[in-house]
Amino acid sequence: MPRYALDDDSVAVIIGSGAGGGTMAHELTRRGLKVVLLEAGRRESPASFSQNIGEAFGQLTWLEPRSQSGTWDAVHTSPNMPAWHCRTVGGTTVHWTAATPRLQEYEIRARSTYGEVAGTSLVDWPMEYAELKRWYFAAERRMGVTRRHGLPGMPANNNFKVLYAGARKVGYKRVHTNYLAINSKARDDRGGCIQQGFCVQGCKTAAKWSTLYTEIPRAEATGRLDLRTSCFATRIEHGADGRANAVVYRDANGHEQRQKARLVCLAGNSIESARLLLLSASGRFPNGLANGSDQVGRNYCHHLTSFVWGIFDKPVYAWRGTTLAGVVEDENVHDPRRGFVGGYHLELVALDLPSWPLAGLPYGWGRDYASIIDNYRNVSGILINGEDMSRPDNRITLSTTVKDSSGLPSAHIHCDTHPNDIALRDHARQQGRRIYEAVGAKRIVVSEGSTATHQMGTARMSVDPATGVTNPYGRAHEVPNLFLSDGSVLPTPGAANPTLTIVSLALRQAEHIGKELAAGRI
Amino acid sequence: MAFKASVWMDGGDRVSAPQGRLDRRDFMKSVTGVLTGVLVSSVPFASLLPSTAWAVDLTALTGAEGLALTAMIKTIAPHDGLDDAAYAMVVGAIDRGATTPEAVQSLKAGIASLGDGFMSAPESARVERLKSIENTAFFQSTRVTTLMVLYANPFAYAHFGYEGEAFSKGGYLTRGFNDLRWLPEVPLEASGPLPF
Repeated sequence: MPRYALDDDSVAVIIGSGAGGGTMAHELTRRGLKVVLLEAGRRESPASFSQNIGEAFGQLTWLEPRSQSGTWDAVHTSPNMPAWHCRTVGGTTVHWTAATPRLQEYEIRARSTYGEVAGTSLVDWPMEYAELKRWYFAAERRMGVTRRHGLPGMPANNNFKVLYAGARKVGYKRVHTNYLAINSKARDDRGGCIQQGFCVQGCKTAAKWSTLYTEIPRAEATGRLDLRTSCFATRIEHGADGRANAVVYRDANGHEQRQKARLVCLAGNSIESARLLLLSASGRFPNGLANGSDQVGRNYCHHLTSFVWGIFDKPVYAWRGTTLAGVVEDENVHDPRRGFVGGYHLELVALDLPSWPLAGLPYGWGRDYASIIDNYRNVSGILINGEDMSRPDNRITLSTTVKDSSGLPSAHIHCDTHPNDIALRDHARQQGRRIYEAVGAKRIVVSEGSTATHQMGTARMSVDPATGVTNPYGRAHEVPNLFLSDGSVLPTPGAANPTLTIVSLALRQAEHIGKELAAGRI
Repeated sequence: MAFKASVWMDGGDRVSAPQGRLDRRDFMKSVTGVLTGVLVSSVPFASLLPSTAWAVDLTALTGAEGLALTAMIKTIAPHDGLDDAAYAMVVGAIDRGATTPEAVQSLKAGIASLGDGFMSAPESARVERLKSIENTAFFQSTRVTTLMVLYANPFAYAHFGYEGEAFSKGGYLTRGFNDLRWLPEVPLEASGPLPF
């Protein structure tokens, strides 16, 4: 592995090694660029992933403190951890559940389709759907998504048999074992899924796509990747010309380093990417780097989530098999007759026993509450994943009360739930109930949303520099060699789990960078 | 406090004595109390253990305080048949979590606030007592630690029927991932072939 000099200003610096950053590392190195990839976490491997649930959580999770406010559920359901993502090489692709639906055309035309919705900042995406779809195809082939491009679907597990029977009785048509970036058969030098169930603890067989063991080793194989682990970026600097020229970071020994850069790709996860831009304020950019529009940190979206649990009088053993083992797609449409704009997915879910009471059940205690847990063998679960409304004041700011382990202000997350979110959630809960009632549930338990796992929207793309942070390729309007390469560029969230879209946009951005470099425009 | 890895330790097939990771040599000097018991014979792996007797050393609480806290935790999460050792692990975690004199004092005050007769009171009376302190930090932190520890140990796995990690056994692919027979099978177009 090369080790580039700190004053080598010909390197591209990528911050974050997850879905966006890991993909960019592969794409830029294979185009001949020298890349320094900064990752705040350590490097694990399928062999080192702990199978002890608590240890695995500590091994992979971003545990820096944050503060939060607003009316969203996480304020009381997850007060100390409003968002859950990873800090390890591979980022959140190490613990993700690999659901890879596409956004629908109506979703990237949110403003046109939904019309004006009071209290929102809905926009249309600055690209054609055919363009996005082209990159979806490329990403799906790269990642190996089931039920796409000739790859077989996952076999039905017990949990899916329950969902399928109930959903069909309710009248749903688009019910299947989900689009998953998990090998349903061996491919891409990785084995097939053995239905071990521990997707969230890191996939021990590497059947689940993660940049940790796909994109990053391929970037290393080019001989042009300098991966620096336990390196925590604290500031992006710029020169008198307004171009980014260095990234300051804290290395594994806690020493401050400054890596010069030809261009910078920021992919620290939507919350941390916004924080780093805000932390990089300067005389020229007093409100934060590339933030002349005042849009950095705004329009934070996380998806409206809620659980519906059906308890039966016979065993389900839902934990056996992939975590998100099925989906109902029928409600992923825009149908205002339901009383709200946008749509949602009903995703089949199983939680391991230790996580279930903590992350999946509503508040409670005593005999009635305990009796829910007594039924662990007999439970099937639905995770509602719906479009939440983009709002200008749902935003990431620098915390005035909490500092991280290096003494810098933590991210503060403010999030208010919009009336449309509540109408969507109530509809989805009712439909989830109907599914389980149709198949004979003896009890149904509905929970609130928990910690946010999908972070989006905090540096949205726009054509007009006044209304967004980046251009339609994720390139900062005000800093021509700074790119946002993660979920922060999504102008609206739709209802699709975001990773496939992040990878698609990264592939597209890498092609753009290649062309622009060749033309001498970066 | 949704998650806290430090006290959410034992899971999977790692069968350990209920005192978990305490290093006895370090802690014996300062042990202030002890909870003891004998595993019920229905715990499936009891026969694998060198002894069915267990003990949890306490370094902040007295044995009497530990028993009162056990009664509180059993009222918060009553599972008939779940081994007392699982509840004792929660007490041990709370005891170890009180690492400053202030925290120990606050924990002792919380337990004292339950009242003298709490342990021997019927469940309905214990519930009423806990409802009256439900909004206190003591109750809420005890409830959250209960959720974090009580279901994350081999006793709970055995009691609730959870099979845990399966990588070491080749996954659930050949161990019942699709053995549900009380509903119709799913057509192939909505699922996929078995990878054999």
